[in-house]
Amino acid sequence: MTELVRRCIAGDVRAAARLITLLESQDREAYTALYRLKDHVGHAHVIGITGPPGAGKSTLADKLIAQFRARGLKVGVLAVDPSSPFSGGAILGDRLRMQSHATDRGVFIRSLATRGSLGGISKATHGAIRVLDAAGYDIILVETVGVGQSEIDVVRVADTVVLVSVPGLGDDIQVIKAGIMEIGDIFVVNKADRDGADRVVRELRAMLETQAQLTRGQAPASGPDTLAARDPGFMHHAAIEPGAQPPATQVDPGSEMPPVLKTIAENGTGVAELTDTILRHLARLASTGELERTRLESIKYQLGQFVFEEIDHLLGTTALTDVRDELARKVFARKTDVYSAGVALFKSILQQGADHGHPQT
Amino acid sequence: MERKIRVLVAKPGLDGHDRGAKVIARSLRDAGMEVIYTGLRQTPEQIVSAAIQEDVDVIAMSILSGAHNHLFPRVVELLKEQGVDDVLVFGGGVIPEEDIPFLKSKGIAEVFGPGTPTSKTIDFIKANLKRALA
Repeated sequence: MTELVRRCIAGDVRAAARLITLLESQDREAYTALYRLKDHVGHAHVIGITGPPGAGKSTLADKLIAQFRARGLKVGVLAVDPSSPFSGGAILGDRLRMQSHATDRGVFIRSLATRGSLGGISKATHGAIRVLDAAGYDIILVETVGVGQSEIDVVRVADTVVLVSVPGLGDDIQVIKAGIMEIGDIFVVNKADRDGADRVVRELRAMLETQAQLTRGQAPASGPDTLAARDPGFMHHAAIEPGAQPPATQVDPGSEMPPVLKTIAENGTGVAELTDTILRHLARLASTGELERTRLESIKYQLGQFVFEEIDHLLGTTALTDVRDELARKVFARKTDVYSAGVALFKSILQQGADHGHPQT
Repeated sequence: MERKIRVLVAKPGLDGHDRGAKVIARSLRDAGMEVIYTGLRQTPEQIVSAAIQEDVDVIAMSILSGAHNHLFPRVVELLKEQGVDDVLVFGGGVIPEEDIPFLKSKGIAEVFGPGTPTSKTIDFIKANLKRALA
């Protein structure tokens, strides 16, 4: 293991790949490796790319890789696709769109299956990021599975979240729903040569403006609806009273509203601008101290997650399975109830946990 | 937790027929394996580089163009050059019977012709892995 860690830090591709496999298999030794990597991580900028299936995330990632490479940065990619809930198998096809970088030594692409995780990334993603970070990749792109409305785990691992939308997915109520629309640092409308792209851009901007106003504790702009005001032609009747001046955008230029960009990933249109925007976002995070704050929040979250996983692991051991089964029989026989039995089981877990080995020893 | 079997399914060379490769990918998925599908027109260099980054147990290649005698052995050679000795390599597609001994002598573990039941491929993989799963 020490040897693998040493080679990984030296940038050896096979060692990094093998460590990620160990992490994916939840091998205890991999936790030891993460401990030993700790002095070599924290340099990489982690960029999450998320959005619905077919939005063009992989193609966009492919073009972003080229942009970052042109700027002299080494790029690691973790591309997540779903595992079958039935067979446990997976078809990992994101790499297909990025094969032009397969032989570039400054690019490492790894496909990860979700293996039962429902948040859009896999359990091993966080550790895999550390491995690539230690191996010397400057940029780490995390491409989530195609998401719906609530798979937001990428926000726990990424410094910058790029949310990719496409025209034709729904109306402006979709963009103000809770969940996925709240986690974007940068919004991209891909396939921008399709009908309706400008409308999606307007809807996103209107949503973000309202968000910014609400965040500052202001009432949203009075007068005509912001969306209509930005584009009177948008509503069929252009229901603005004659002579009424649409209010100027009330967002002051100093406030940081997430940018909304248009791209056509297929031919690379808009990707250079997106790359600049991503790098500017990181620079701002670093200069304002926001980066430390969000990373600390993420670590707190990951700590919680790790404890859940450990409890799950303990529950799978024979000793605790026996305790659980015995308690279950008592509940069934109405000698106790689920909650009292649960407290008893939790106490047994705590006892077991007390002599749970430290990963790094 | 037991390690998952990871398989790279690739189409080296210039023919554009990937239906067979997709059927294999699909059936390996249903057998609980993780299949990295890299698509059409891959060079041996791309295949080997992807196999290393993906840390696969198996490289499964399909060729229908007739270039198998060059491309299959090239993949094995490149793996050796990289010091990789724990990856099972096999091929499929339209391969004349008389070429099979040559391919096997070059390190292609097996060659599956058209009509091979997918269960046979799955059993072959499980029986011939070069790395332990646990």
